[in-house]
Amino acid sequence: MVNRELSCELVWKEISNYIEGDVDASLREGMDDHFRSCKGCASVLAGTRNVIELYGDERMIEVPAGFGQRLQRRLNQSARSRKSTWSTWSAWLVPVAALALIAGGLRWANSLTPPHPMLSEHAQPGHGIPPDMIVVVSQGAKDFHRPGCDVIHNKDRVRTLTAKEAIREGYVPCVRCLRKYVQVASAAHGSPEPQSSVEINAELDDRSLRSR
Amino acid sequence: MAEQNVVLNNPEQGMTREQELIALVQRGQNELFYELVRPYERRVYAAALAILRNETDAEDVAQEAMLKALANLRQFRAEARFSTWLIQITVNEALMRRRRERTGLMEGVDDRRDEEGEYAPRDFADWREIPSEALERKEVRQKLAQALASLDRKYREVFVLRDMEQLNIQETAEALGISVASVKTRLLRARLMLRDLLAGGWDQGWFSRLPFEKGTKPW
Repeated sequence: MVNRELSCELVWKEISNYIEGDVDASLREGMDDHFRSCKGCASVLAGTRNVIELYGDERMIEVPAGFGQRLQRRLNQSARSRKSTWSTWSAWLVPVAALALIAGGLRWANSLTPPHPMLSEHAQPGHGIPPDMIVVVSQGAKDFHRPGCDVIHNKDRVRTLTAKEAIREGYVPCVRCLRKYVQVASAAHGSPEPQSSVEINAELDDRSLRSR
Repeated sequence: MAEQNVVLNNPEQGMTREQELIALVQRGQNELFYELVRPYERRVYAAALAILRNETDAEDVAQEAMLKALANLRQFRAEARFSTWLIQITVNEALMRRRRERTGLMEGVDDRRDEEGEYAPRDFADWREIPSEALERKEVRQKLAQALASLDRKYREVFVLRDMEQLNIQETAEALGISVASVKTRLLRARLMLRDLLAGGWDQGWFSRLPFEKGTKPW
Protein backbone atom coordinates (compact mmCIF):
# COMPACT_ATOMS: atom_id res chain seq x y z
CA MET A 1 0.00 0.00 0.00
CA VAL A 2 1.11 3.52 -0.73
CA ASN A 3 0.31 4.58 2.82
CA ARG A 4 3.01 2.40 4.29
CA GLU A 5 5.59 4.28 2.28
CA LEU A 6 5.23 7.49 4.25
CA SER A 7 8.60 8.76 5.38
CA CYS A 8 9.28 9.79 8.97
CA GLU A 9 10.00 13.31 7.69
CA LEU A 10 6.56 13.57 6.11
CA VAL A 11 4.97 12.26 9.30
CA TRP A 12 6.77 14.86 11.41
CA LYS A 13 5.71 17.55 9.02
CA GLU A 14 2.08 16.56 9.25
CA ILE A 15 1.97 15.49 12.87
CA SER A 16 0.50 18.75 14.11
CA ASN A 17 -2.19 18.72 11.44
CA TYR A 18 -2.85 15.08 12.29
CA ILE A 19 -3.52 16.02 15.90
CA GLU A 20 -5.75 18.88 14.73
CA GLY A 21 -7.75 16.43 12.60
CA ASP A 22 -6.67 18.49 9.64
CA VAL A 23 -5.42 15.77 7.29
CA ASP A 24 -7.41 13.92 4.66
CA ALA A 25 -8.57 10.38 5.19
CA SER A 26 -5.89 8.82 3.06
CA LEU A 27 -3.04 10.58 4.85
CA ARG A 28 -4.57 9.81 8.23
CA GLU A 29 -4.71 6.14 7.37
CA GLY A 30 -1.12 6.18 6.22
CA MET A 31 0.02 7.96 9.38
CA ASP A 32 -1.93 5.56 11.58
CA ASP A 33 -0.08 2.71 9.93
CA HIS A 34 3.22 4.49 10.29
CA PHE A 35 2.75 5.10 14.02
CA ARG A 36 1.98 1.43 14.53
CA SER A 37 5.22 0.39 12.96
CA CYS A 38 7.58 3.26 13.86
CA LYS A 39 8.26 3.67 17.57
CA GLY A 40 10.20 6.85 17.03
CA CYS A 41 7.31 8.63 15.35
CA ALA A 42 4.87 7.17 17.87
CA SER A 43 7.08 8.75 20.52
CA VAL A 44 6.96 12.08 18.78
CA LEU A 45 3.18 11.83 18.55
CA ALA A 46 2.81 10.90 22.22
CA GLY A 47 5.15 13.66 23.29
CA THR A 48 3.42 16.27 21.16
CA ARG A 49 0.03 15.30 22.52
CA ASN A 50 1.43 15.42 26.02
CA VAL A 51 2.80 18.92 25.43
CA ILE A 52 -0.61 20.10 24.20
CA GLU A 53 -2.36 18.54 27.17
CA LEU A 54 0.04 20.01 29.72
CA TYR A 55 0.09 23.53 28.36
CA GLY A 56 -3.65 23.47 27.81
CA ASP A 57 -4.17 22.89 31.50
CA GLU A 58 -5.59 25.88 33.37
CA ARG A 59 -2.95 25.40 36.06
CA MET A 60 -0.27 26.45 33.60
CA ILE A 61 -1.56 30.01 33.67
CA GLU A 62 -0.34 31.85 36.71
CA VAL A 63 -1.22 35.45 37.38
CA PRO A 64 0.53 37.83 39.78
CA ALA A 65 -0.85 37.98 43.31
CA GLY A 66 -3.75 40.43 43.59
CA PHE A 67 -4.33 40.51 39.85
CA GLY A 68 -8.06 39.91 40.16
CA GLN A 69 -8.57 42.55 42.83
CA ARG A 70 -6.64 45.15 40.88
CA LEU A 71 -8.64 44.38 37.75
CA GLN A 72 -11.91 44.63 39.62
CA ARG A 73 -10.86 47.93 41.16
CA ARG A 74 -9.97 49.40 37.79
CA LEU A 75 -13.24 48.26 36.25
CA ASN A 76 -15.14 49.83 39.12
CA GLN A 77 -13.23 53.08 38.75
CA SER A 78 -14.05 53.10 35.07
CA ALA A 79 -17.71 52.42 35.74
CA ARG A 80 -17.80 55.39 38.12
CA SER A 81 -16.07 57.71 35.70
CA ARG A 82 -18.36 56.59 32.90
CA LYS A 83 -21.30 57.48 35.06
CA SER A 84 -19.85 60.89 35.82
CA THR A 85 -19.15 61.38 32.13
CA TRP A 86 -22.79 60.63 31.50
CA SER A 87 -23.88 63.01 34.18
CA THR A 88 -21.70 65.69 32.59
CA TRP A 89 -23.47 65.03 29.34
CA SER A 90 -26.82 64.88 30.94
CA ALA A 91 -26.08 68.14 32.72
CA TRP A 92 -26.00 69.68 29.27
CA LEU A 93 -28.61 67.57 27.58
CA VAL A 94 -31.26 67.96 30.22
CA PRO A 95 -31.26 71.76 30.25
CA VAL A 96 -31.25 71.82 26.47
CA ALA A 97 -34.24 69.54 26.41
CA ALA A 98 -35.86 71.47 29.20
CA LEU A 99 -35.32 74.76 27.42
CA ALA A 100 -36.91 73.34 24.32
CA LEU A 101 -39.90 72.27 26.34
CA ILE A 102 -40.13 75.64 27.99
CA ALA A 103 -40.01 77.32 24.60
CA GLY A 104 -42.70 74.97 23.47
CA GLY A 105 -45.27 76.07 25.95
CA LEU A 106 -44.32 75.62 29.54
CA ARG A 107 -45.29 79.15 30.24
CA TRP A 108 -48.79 77.92 30.59
CA ALA A 109 -47.69 75.15 32.94
CA ASN A 110 -45.69 77.55 35.02
CA SER A 111 -48.72 79.66 35.61
CA LEU A 112 -50.18 76.80 37.57
CA THR A 113 -47.36 76.84 40.11
CA PRO A 114 -46.67 80.42 40.99
CA PRO A 115 -43.18 81.15 42.30
CA HIS A 116 -42.28 82.99 45.43
CA PRO A 117 -41.48 86.68 45.14
CA MET A 118 -37.80 87.44 44.90
CA LEU A 119 -36.16 87.49 48.30
CA SER A 120 -34.30 90.66 47.43
CA GLU A 121 -36.20 93.50 45.89
CA HIS A 122 -33.02 95.16 44.64
CA ALA A 123 -31.75 92.15 42.81
CA GLN A 124 -32.06 91.62 39.15
CA PRO A 125 -33.54 88.44 37.86
CA GLY A 126 -31.19 86.09 36.07
CA HIS A 127 -31.42 85.81 32.36
CA GLY A 128 -30.84 82.65 30.39
CA ILE A 129 -29.73 80.55 33.32
CA PRO A 130 -30.03 76.88 32.43
CA PRO A 131 -32.91 75.69 34.59
CA ASP A 132 -31.19 72.50 35.64
CA MET A 133 -27.89 74.12 36.49
CA ILE A 134 -26.88 72.85 39.90
CA VAL A 135 -26.68 75.72 42.33
CA VAL A 136 -26.41 76.09 46.08
CA VAL A 137 -28.21 78.31 48.54
CA SER A 138 -27.34 78.85 52.15
CA GLN A 139 -29.66 79.32 55.03
CA GLY A 140 -30.64 82.91 55.59
CA ALA A 141 -29.10 84.19 52.36
CA LYS A 142 -30.93 85.56 49.35
CA ASP A 143 -28.60 84.54 46.57
CA PHE A 144 -28.04 81.31 44.81
CA HIS A 145 -24.55 80.41 43.66
CA ARG A 146 -22.66 77.97 41.54
CA PRO A 147 -20.97 75.42 43.80
CA GLY A 148 -17.55 76.68 44.77
CA CYS A 149 -18.38 80.38 44.52
CA ASP A 150 -16.20 82.46 46.83
CA VAL A 151 -18.98 84.54 48.28
CA ILE A 152 -21.28 81.86 49.60
CA HIS A 153 -22.23 82.74 53.13
CA ASN A 154 -22.65 80.13 55.77
CA LYS A 155 -20.91 77.52 53.63
CA ASP A 156 -21.43 74.70 56.04
CA ARG A 157 -25.21 75.03 55.77
CA VAL A 158 -25.75 75.03 52.05
CA ARG A 159 -28.45 73.24 50.14
CA THR A 160 -28.09 72.01 46.58
CA LEU A 161 -30.90 72.48 44.09
CA THR A 162 -31.44 73.45 40.48
CA ALA A 163 -31.46 77.02 39.26
CA LYS A 164 -35.11 76.63 38.39
CA GLU A 165 -35.98 75.58 41.92
CA ALA A 166 -33.88 78.35 43.41
CA ILE A 167 -35.63 80.93 41.28
CA ARG A 168 -38.99 79.48 42.19
CA GLU A 169 -38.13 79.85 45.82
CA GLY A 170 -37.28 83.49 45.29
CA TYR A 171 -33.50 83.28 45.36
CA VAL A 172 -31.63 85.63 43.05
CA PRO A 173 -28.49 84.89 41.08
CA CYS A 174 -25.18 85.78 42.71
CA VAL A 175 -23.67 88.76 40.96
CA ARG A 176 -20.23 87.20 41.18
CA CYS A 177 -20.49 83.66 39.98
CA LEU A 178 -23.58 84.18 37.82
CA ARG A 179 -22.60 87.63 36.67
CA LYS A 180 -22.93 86.92 32.99
CA TYR A 181 -26.58 86.03 33.33
CA VAL A 182 -27.29 89.11 35.40
CA GLN A 183 -25.39 91.39 32.99
CA VAL A 184 -27.28 90.02 30.06
CA ALA A 185 -30.46 90.77 31.92
CA SER A 186 -29.32 94.35 32.56
CA ALA A 187 -28.35 94.88 28.97
CA ALA A 188 -31.62 93.48 27.82
CA HIS A 189 -33.61 95.62 30.21
CA GLY A 190 -36.12 97.74 28.40
CA SER A 191 -35.44 96.14 25.07
CA PRO A 192 -37.36 93.34 23.44
CA GLU A 193 -36.17 89.93 24.56
CA PRO A 194 -33.91 88.20 22.11
CA GLN A 195 -35.78 85.42 20.43
CA SER A 196 -33.03 82.91 21.02
CA SER A 197 -32.75 83.28 24.76
CA VAL A 198 -35.40 81.27 26.41
CA GLU A 199 -34.89 82.09 29.98
CA ILE A 200 -35.97 80.83 33.30
CA ASN A 201 -36.87 84.20 34.59
CA ALA A 202 -39.62 84.29 32.05
CA GLU A 203 -41.37 82.39 34.77
CA LEU A 204 -40.79 85.26 37.13
CA ASP A 205 -42.04 87.70 34.58
CA ASP A 206 -45.18 85.71 34.53
CA ARG A 207 -45.83 86.33 38.17
CA SER A 208 -48.60 88.57 37.11
CA LEU A 209 -50.41 85.44 36.14
CA ARG A 210 -50.79 84.68 39.80
CA SER A 211 -53.37 87.36 40.15
CA ARG A 212 -55.64 85.62 37.75
CA MET B 1 -38.17 39.39 18.42
CA ALA B 2 -40.87 38.32 20.81
CA GLU B 3 -39.16 34.97 21.18
CA GLN B 4 -35.89 36.66 22.06
CA ASN B 5 -37.60 38.69 24.74
CA VAL B 6 -39.03 35.57 26.26
CA VAL B 7 -35.54 34.13 26.52
CA LEU B 8 -34.22 37.32 28.06
CA ASN B 9 -36.94 37.38 30.61
CA ASN B 10 -36.38 33.79 31.57
CA PRO B 11 -32.67 33.43 32.06
CA GLU B 12 -32.88 29.86 33.25
CA GLN B 13 -34.64 28.85 30.04
CA GLY B 14 -32.21 28.65 27.17
CA MET B 15 -29.71 31.21 28.38
CA THR B 16 -26.44 30.51 30.09
CA ARG B 17 -25.37 32.73 32.93
CA GLU B 18 -22.74 34.19 30.61
CA GLN B 19 -25.32 35.12 27.99
CA GLU B 20 -27.50 36.57 30.67
CA LEU B 21 -24.63 38.68 32.02
CA ILE B 22 -23.75 39.90 28.55
CA ALA B 23 -27.33 41.00 27.97
CA LEU B 24 -27.49 42.75 31.34
CA VAL B 25 -24.20 44.60 30.86
CA GLN B 26 -25.24 45.57 27.35
CA ARG B 27 -28.30 47.14 28.93
CA GLY B 28 -26.15 49.21 31.25
CA GLN B 29 -25.46 47.10 34.32
CA ASN B 30 -21.72 47.67 34.13
CA GLU B 31 -21.20 46.51 37.69
CA LEU B 32 -21.80 42.94 36.47
CA PHE B 33 -18.97 43.07 33.98
CA TYR B 34 -16.37 41.70 36.34
CA GLU B 35 -18.49 38.66 37.02
CA LEU B 36 -18.70 38.17 33.27
CA VAL B 37 -14.95 38.33 32.62
CA ARG B 38 -13.71 36.74 35.81
CA PRO B 39 -13.55 33.19 34.39
CA TYR B 40 -11.25 34.48 31.64
CA GLU B 41 -9.05 36.91 33.51
CA ARG B 42 -6.17 34.42 33.71
CA ARG B 43 -6.32 33.64 30.02
CA VAL B 44 -6.44 37.31 29.15
CA TYR B 45 -3.33 37.89 31.23
CA ALA B 46 -1.55 34.91 29.66
CA ALA B 47 -2.31 36.15 26.15
CA ALA B 48 -0.89 39.58 26.97
CA LEU B 49 2.16 38.05 28.63
CA ALA B 50 2.89 35.81 25.64
CA ILE B 51 3.18 38.87 23.46
CA LEU B 52 4.76 41.36 25.84
CA ARG B 53 6.90 39.07 28.04
CA ASN B 54 6.73 41.53 30.88
CA GLU B 55 4.42 40.97 33.81
CA THR B 56 3.72 44.63 34.51
CA ASP B 57 2.94 45.42 30.89
CA ALA B 58 0.87 42.26 30.58
CA GLU B 59 -1.26 43.18 33.58
CA ASP B 60 -1.75 46.71 32.34
CA VAL B 61 -2.71 45.54 28.87
CA ALA B 62 -5.04 42.91 30.34
CA GLN B 63 -6.84 45.66 32.24
CA GLU B 64 -6.94 47.92 29.21
CA ALA B 65 -8.35 45.10 27.12
CA MET B 66 -11.07 44.46 29.67
CA LEU B 67 -12.01 48.15 29.68
CA LYS B 68 -12.11 48.15 25.91
CA ALA B 69 -14.29 45.06 25.95
CA LEU B 70 -16.66 46.77 28.37
CA ALA B 71 -16.83 49.88 26.22
CA ASN B 72 -17.52 47.82 23.11
CA LEU B 73 -19.70 45.08 24.51
CA ARG B 74 -22.67 46.31 22.52
CA GLN B 75 -20.78 45.32 19.39
CA PHE B 76 -20.34 41.76 20.60
CA ARG B 77 -22.49 39.40 18.60
CA ALA B 78 -23.99 36.36 20.21
CA GLU B 79 -22.84 33.94 17.55
CA ALA B 80 -19.20 34.44 18.57
CA ARG B 81 -17.61 32.92 21.65
CA PHE B 82 -17.23 35.59 24.28
CA SER B 83 -13.88 34.24 25.48
CA THR B 84 -12.50 34.32 21.94
CA TRP B 85 -13.69 37.86 21.43
CA LEU B 86 -12.06 38.89 24.68
CA ILE B 87 -8.76 37.21 23.82
CA GLN B 88 -8.73 38.80 20.38
CA ILE B 89 -9.18 42.24 21.90
CA THR B 90 -6.34 41.47 24.30
CA VAL B 91 -3.99 40.30 21.56
CA ASN B 92 -4.76 43.41 19.58
CA GLU B 93 -4.08 45.64 22.58
CA ALA B 94 -0.84 43.83 23.33
CA LEU B 95 0.38 44.03 19.73
CA MET B 96 -0.40 47.74 19.66
CA ARG B 97 1.47 48.23 22.92
CA ARG B 98 4.47 46.38 21.58
CA ARG B 99 4.50 48.37 18.39
CA ARG B 100 4.15 51.58 20.33
CA GLU B 101 6.91 50.83 22.75
CA ARG B 102 9.07 49.02 20.24
CA THR B 103 9.77 46.33 22.74
CA GLY B 104 9.61 43.79 19.95
CA LEU B 105 12.74 45.05 18.22
CA MET B 106 15.00 42.77 20.18
CA GLU B 107 13.06 39.75 19.08
CA GLY B 108 12.03 40.84 15.64
CA VAL B 109 15.05 39.66 13.70
CA ASP B 110 14.08 36.02 13.50
CA ASP B 111 10.81 36.85 11.75
CA ARG B 112 12.67 37.36 8.48
CA ARG B 113 13.64 33.75 8.20
CA ASP B 114 10.21 32.63 9.27
CA GLU B 115 9.57 28.92 9.02
CA GLU B 116 11.75 27.87 6.15
CA GLY B 117 13.18 24.39 6.21
CA GLU B 118 11.97 21.31 7.96
CA TYR B 119 12.16 20.73 11.65
CA ALA B 120 13.35 17.33 12.74
CA PRO B 121 12.52 16.28 16.29
CA ARG B 122 15.44 15.41 18.51
CA ASP B 123 15.43 12.61 21.04
CA PHE B 124 12.38 11.34 19.31
CA ALA B 125 12.56 7.92 20.87
CA ASP B 126 12.96 9.13 24.42
CA TRP B 127 9.73 10.73 25.50
CA ARG B 128 8.13 9.77 28.75
CA GLU B 129 4.73 11.13 29.42
CA ILE B 130 4.40 13.81 32.07
CA PRO B 131 1.04 13.31 33.76
CA SER B 132 -1.05 16.40 34.27
CA GLU B 133 -0.98 15.79 38.03
CA ALA B 134 2.65 16.87 37.88
CA LEU B 135 1.36 20.41 37.27
CA GLU B 136 0.52 20.58 40.96
CA ARG B 137 4.22 21.07 41.48
CA LYS B 138 5.46 24.59 41.05
CA GLU B 139 8.82 23.32 39.89
CA VAL B 140 7.21 21.53 36.98
CA ARG B 141 5.12 24.53 36.02
CA GLN B 142 8.21 26.72 36.10
CA LYS B 143 10.13 24.37 33.85
CA LEU B 144 7.28 24.29 31.38
CA ALA B 145 7.02 28.08 31.49
CA GLN B 146 10.76 28.43 30.94
CA ALA B 147 10.63 26.10 27.95
CA LEU B 148 7.82 28.16 26.46
CA ALA B 149 9.61 31.44 27.15
CA SER B 150 12.69 30.15 25.34
CA LEU B 151 10.82 29.84 22.05
CA ASP B 152 11.14 32.53 19.43
CA ARG B 153 8.32 35.01 19.58
CA LYS B 154 6.52 33.87 16.47
CA TYR B 155 6.31 30.30 17.72
CA ARG B 156 5.41 31.23 21.25
CA GLU B 157 2.55 33.50 20.25
CA VAL B 158 0.92 30.96 17.99
CA PHE B 159 1.34 28.17 20.51
CA VAL B 160 -0.13 30.20 23.37
CA LEU B 161 -3.14 31.32 21.39
CA ARG B 162 -3.92 27.90 19.97
CA ASP B 163 -2.92 25.51 22.73
CA MET B 164 -3.31 27.59 25.87
CA GLU B 165 -6.01 30.07 24.90
CA GLN B 166 -7.84 27.48 22.82
CA LEU B 167 -8.46 29.73 19.84
CA ASN B 168 -8.82 27.73 16.65
CA ILE B 169 -6.35 28.02 13.78
CA GLN B 170 -8.40 30.58 11.90
CA GLU B 171 -8.95 32.72 14.98
CA THR B 172 -5.26 32.58 15.83
CA ALA B 173 -4.39 33.72 12.32
CA GLU B 174 -6.85 36.60 12.52
CA ALA B 175 -5.71 37.68 15.97
CA LEU B 176 -2.06 37.82 14.94
CA GLY B 177 -2.67 39.07 11.42
CA ILE B 178 -0.85 36.18 9.76
CA SER B 179 -1.93 33.48 7.32
CA VAL B 180 -3.51 30.19 8.30
CA ALA B 181 -0.59 28.40 6.64
CA SER B 182 1.86 30.32 8.83
CA VAL B 183 -0.11 29.43 11.93
CA LYS B 184 0.02 25.74 11.04
CA THR B 185 3.73 25.77 10.33
CA ARG B 186 4.61 27.72 13.44
CA LEU B 187 2.36 25.60 15.56
CA LEU B 188 4.03 22.42 14.36
CA ARG B 189 7.43 23.81 15.18
CA ALA B 190 6.40 25.16 18.55
CA ARG B 191 4.92 21.84 19.58
CA LEU B 192 7.91 19.81 18.40
CA MET B 193 10.41 22.19 19.97
CA LEU B 194 8.62 22.13 23.28
CA ARG B 195 8.51 18.40 23.16
CA ASP B 196 12.26 18.32 22.57
CA LEU B 197 12.91 20.82 25.34
CA LEU B 198 10.87 18.82 27.80
CA ALA B 199 12.33 15.51 26.69
CA GLY B 200 15.75 17.02 27.35
CA GLY B 201 14.51 17.86 30.81
CA TRP B 202 14.48 14.20 31.63
CA ASP B 203 18.19 13.99 31.13
CA GLN B 204 18.78 17.12 33.18
CA GLY B 205 16.75 15.73 36.04
CA TRP B 206 13.92 18.30 35.86
CA PHE B 207 11.38 15.73 36.82
CA SER B 208 13.71 13.45 38.76
CA ARG B 209 11.48 13.38 41.81
CA LEU B 210 8.37 12.42 39.93
CA PRO B 211 7.11 8.98 40.85
CA PHE B 212 6.56 7.93 37.26
CA GLU B 213 10.10 8.53 36.15
CA LYS B 214 11.35 5.09 36.77
CA GLY B 215 10.07 2.20 34.80
CA THR B 216 9.49 1.44 31.23
CA LYS B 217 8.45 3.86 28.55
CA PRO B 218 4.76 3.95 27.84
CA TRP B 219 5.19 2.65 24.32
